[in-house]
Amino acid sequence: MTRSGYFSDLHDWLINEEFTSSRQARFHKLYVAWLSLLANPLALAGFAVIGVLILVALLAPLIAGHDPYAQDLAMALQAPSAAHWFGTDEFGRDVFARLIYGARTTLYITILVTVIVAPIGFIIGATAGYLGGWVDVVLMRITDIFLSFPSLVLALAFSAALGPGIENAVIAIALTVWPPIARLARAETMTFRNADFVVAAELQGAGMGRILLRHIVPLCAPSIVVRLTLNMSSIILTAAGLGFLGLGAQPPMAEWGAMAASGRQYLLDAWWLTTVPGLAILTVSLAFNLLGDGLRDIMDPRNG
Amino acid sequence: MSMSQTTETSTASPARSSRFLAGGRKVATSFAVILTTLFGLLVITFVVGRLVPADPVISVIGDQADQATYDRVYKEMGLDQPLYVQFGSYLSDVVRLDLGQSTLTKQPVASDLARVVPATIELATLATLIGACFGIPLGVVAAVNRGTWIDHVARVVGLLGYSTPIFWLGTIVILIFYAHLGLIPPGGRIYIYNEGIIDGPTDSIIVDSLIAGNFEIFWSAIHHLLAPAIILGYAAMAYLSRMSRSFMLEQLRQEYILTARAKGLGKRPIIWRHAFRNIRVQLLTVVALAYCGLLDGTVLIETVFAWPGLGQYLTSALFVADMNAVLGAVLLIGMISIAINLLSDIVYRFIDPRTR
Repeated sequence: MTRSGYFSDLHDWLINEEFTSSRQARFHKLYVAWLSLLANPLALAGFAVIGVLILVALLAPLIAGHDPYAQDLAMALQAPSAAHWFGTDEFGRDVFARLIYGARTTLYITILVTVIVAPIGFIIGATAGYLGGWVDVVLMRITDIFLSFPSLVLALAFSAALGPGIENAVIAIALTVWPPIARLARAETMTFRNADFVVAAELQGAGMGRILLRHIVPLCAPSIVVRLTLNMSSIILTAAGLGFLGLGAQPPMAEWGAMAASGRQYLLDAWWLTTVPGLAILTVSLAFNLLGDGLRDIMDPRNG
Repeated sequence: MSMSQTTETSTASPARSSRFLAGGRKVATSFAVILTTLFGLLVITFVVGRLVPADPVISVIGDQADQATYDRVYKEMGLDQPLYVQFGSYLSDVVRLDLGQSTLTKQPVASDLARVVPATIELATLATLIGACFGIPLGVVAAVNRGTWIDHVARVVGLLGYSTPIFWLGTIVILIFYAHLGLIPPGGRIYIYNEGIIDGPTDSIIVDSLIAGNFEIFWSAIHHLLAPAIILGYAAMAYLSRMSRSFMLEQLRQEYILTARAKGLGKRPIIWRHAFRNIRVQLLTVVALAYCGLLDGTVLIETVFAWPGLGQYLTSALFVADMNAVLGAVLLIGMISIAINLLSDIVYRFIDPRTR
């Protein structure tokens, strides 16, 4: 493949290891990671699926073709056809439209949980790793207690207590997701804790907040991002499980787990009601796993 | 991880008495860890119980009672006491196995739990066995054939297991194998006409029917158990195959493998007698973790297959907001996880020569 002049120059600038600026070094690292991602077809496929998911969620009203909430009892439980690609549900709503809008719910939950969990997990883990001593012992004991619970059961207990609903489901899932992040952040922080650059910053009078934010965060970020990517699949599955048990998103909101659950009553007459949303959950969570797996290989080639 | 372990082996040769002391301290530490974890577990269930928006007094006396009755019951339940006193009485209740009354079954929660837990143990144990029997060899073979198509197939099989919503897979299996093929029953633990015949010592229908020599019931139980156990086992297999693959890769990188090859040992003895022997201890921990993970899966799969265990008890209590039952079940599941991890820790000390 021949590249046009501009791109070939850009490629040369990115691949060149004799850096002239720190920006070039940073972009070089990203570019090399991108190239190795391109070389991993499975991870690339995962990346593509997630891209499609985001597009679908953003453009839902344009793609759906039907109103996901419009009931038409005369058209209930119609098999897939040209008018309704994935058929209709027990209220005559278009399953395809609900599937498309369900992508929004899934993304909403995953992003919200991640945004809550990443800083909390990092702060707890990095504080424990940086300060050490009894702070470390106490924080890690708390982390282990949360880890010792099977995560869905813990999320079930919290959403039962907080009441059904999507916001409460997000809180409940977040409570189960932060411990592994904290563990990871602690381990990473401890490896840098006594590095010369940290000691140098301390001698210059930098406080703990500044050291963690300016020096530790950039070093931990890649492995935490990989961990979060791999976590997204379990967030999606837990959210779907809560939805399936009626504790997540409440009707009439389009949520894949709840859609699969309500389809169970019509399993024999309308197989598509359960099959289609389940396949969507499977595809998206597989995509996150493939991407996370590929990213981990790039960062830690020993396991590849 | 194993790098540091091998160096430990070469340097660790202290006197027997100090080793004994260190062992004692280790046991004491792990005991303290268990106790604090258990305490934390109770704190969590207590807090969850307090978070519930429903008024616990109203759920006892109903919303028709007058204010005087309300105040009396409010005091009787100790709700006017400070939180730490309430927590103390919660602790003493739990120690006396008093988990309150279930509003759904009208029975004490503790006896309900004792009734449903054997079914879950039966299911989760069989699933873990299936997962270990298929997952570990798959992981080892994938590691040995790293980068070949075998490895890729194993990776996709594993990732699929990580990614499949288990309640959905169960529903699809019922649709295909029950509704269309008629190969499996639609759910439950045993055929209705076989119910209540076997009453054995273990509460596992499979074991009890074998003890009683009743093969009709034995097959009925196996028939019901197979589909949910295989589905759960697949999830465990995915996890175990990925873990054993990465453990094996770590071993195959070590220099002793090179030495074994250099002295002309065949491929098979190197893999199974050298490398695999060294990952057994790690695998044990991971199998215990898989078992705990399956407790999650049982909640969903029991609901799908109407399996009368802990998970179904928990979800049906959830649907009617029977919080005593929910909290009791959650507490028990947490305790089972702790117990399994403790057990794996003990067995670990037995089979790992370095801790002897």
